[in-house]
Amino acid sequence: MADETAPGFGASAWLIARKDLTVEFRTKTAFFSAMVFTVLGIAIFFFAWDSTAVASIDLAPGVLWVVFVFSGLLALQRSFSVEQSDRAMDALLVSPVIREAIYAGKAIANLLFICAIQLIAVPAVALFYNLPLGRPLLVLLGMAWLTAVGLVAIGTLFASMAVNTRLAELLLPMLSLPFFVPLVMSASYASTKLLAGRPAAEWWPWLRILIGFDIVFLVACTLAFPFTLEE
Amino acid sequence: MTSVPTSAAAPRADLPPATLPRPFGALFLLAVLAVIGLYIRSIYFTPIEAVQGAAQKIYYIHVPAAISAYLAYSLVALGSVMHLWLHDARADRLAESAAEVGLVFNTVVLTSGPLWAKPIWNTWWTWDARLTSTLFLWFIFAAYLVLRGAIDEPAMRARFAAVLAILGVLLIPFIHMSVYLFRTLHPMPIMLQPSAFQPNNPAPPLPPVMRTTFFLGMGAFMLLCVALVVARYRYAALRDAAAEANS
Repeated sequence: MADETAPGFGASAWLIARKDLTVEFRTKTAFFSAMVFTVLGIAIFFFAWDSTAVASIDLAPGVLWVVFVFSGLLALQRSFSVEQSDRAMDALLVSPVIREAIYAGKAIANLLFICAIQLIAVPAVALFYNLPLGRPLLVLLGMAWLTAVGLVAIGTLFASMAVNTRLAELLLPMLSLPFFVPLVMSASYASTKLLAGRPAAEWWPWLRILIGFDIVFLVACTLAFPFTLEE
Repeated sequence: MTSVPTSAAAPRADLPPATLPRPFGALFLLAVLAVIGLYIRSIYFTPIEAVQGAAQKIYYIHVPAAISAYLAYSLVALGSVMHLWLHDARADRLAESAAEVGLVFNTVVLTSGPLWAKPIWNTWWTWDARLTSTLFLWFIFAAYLVLRGAIDEPAMRARFAAVLAILGVLLIPFIHMSVYLFRTLHPMPIMLQPSAFQPNNPAPPLPPVMRTTFFLGMGAFMLLCVALVVARYRYAALRDAAAEANS
């Protein structure tokens, strides 16, 4: 497919990811707004809850994952809408890069973007909801990373589809949210058990679902991506 | 589906709409009669179950509707794979038609279920594995129809829809597994187990008279499902022919 001078799969994916991250790094608007949205969401949830009825440690995982999914959607929305201006997407398509590498590049940029948001969201939840610091928080970050992989696999594909429709902003959450259910469920049950100090045998089965989801949908979405591009 | 009587002439887009063959044919009429027969038999000629009372009769509609929804969604998946593989407009039309019919049967499952659950479980809804995966199937195929409606270009619409349908089919086991790990309350299948089909089983899971009603229900609903898909497919074919004639 690519001629001899064209970079390989990994190199082209990284080039595309670096391009997206450079654009983001120079403007910082999307990251800043997603970060404020995340912290705001975490703070607002606090007031939707009666602290005498539910312990904050029981509520925190749910808040974390719900806010995390919605801020992730903000990031994903941006991923292909930046290619709309001046029809930059056409330039990507005519470049000597295989289409799966475009998906991989976009997904890597989205993953790094979402992980950066998590680095703020997890400590913010720990701070506002008085969570134990130390090892559980590190395992929680690991779970957040596994969730981010599944979220990005699905979200990058659907973002590339939704941007071509008449209902772009509405359609991305409508398409993606049902797919985020196993992710949010596994992550929140696993993290509830983890924060309650339960043994690893109780939260490990949930992580297996997360890992299985990540593998199945990374492969399926990479294969499906070329079908979502103009022929 | 090939046995459907297609006595009407092939659609001619240049004719006025009144003379075009109507999507509903003899198969649909037969399916409606079978469903009416099912209602009469299950209400008047099938005994009331000893423990659950009259509420159990929903079983004759609920389970056949669920199986029909699965049948329709399988056709969506089949049509989607065929379309991505062969780029055939007919496969996309099959997927489009089956998705709409599947969503109707899925709605029947989601409304008849709570009606049974309220007297039996004392709650309309519970986040059980089967209930949750059925609900999310509904969401996925509702999104599928919205997605189709949001794209004007036919080739792109067909490709996007096919991708969503295939991923949706991959998603359902994950929703089922994750909710199953949490809890499950839904009754296990009564008829879909080996002992249900042993001829001399001293304790059959369902008495013969109920079993006959159940099989009648399965037959009637699956016939209705196929008849509706056929009718919807004919409508889509007419619509595409008319669009082509006008362009």
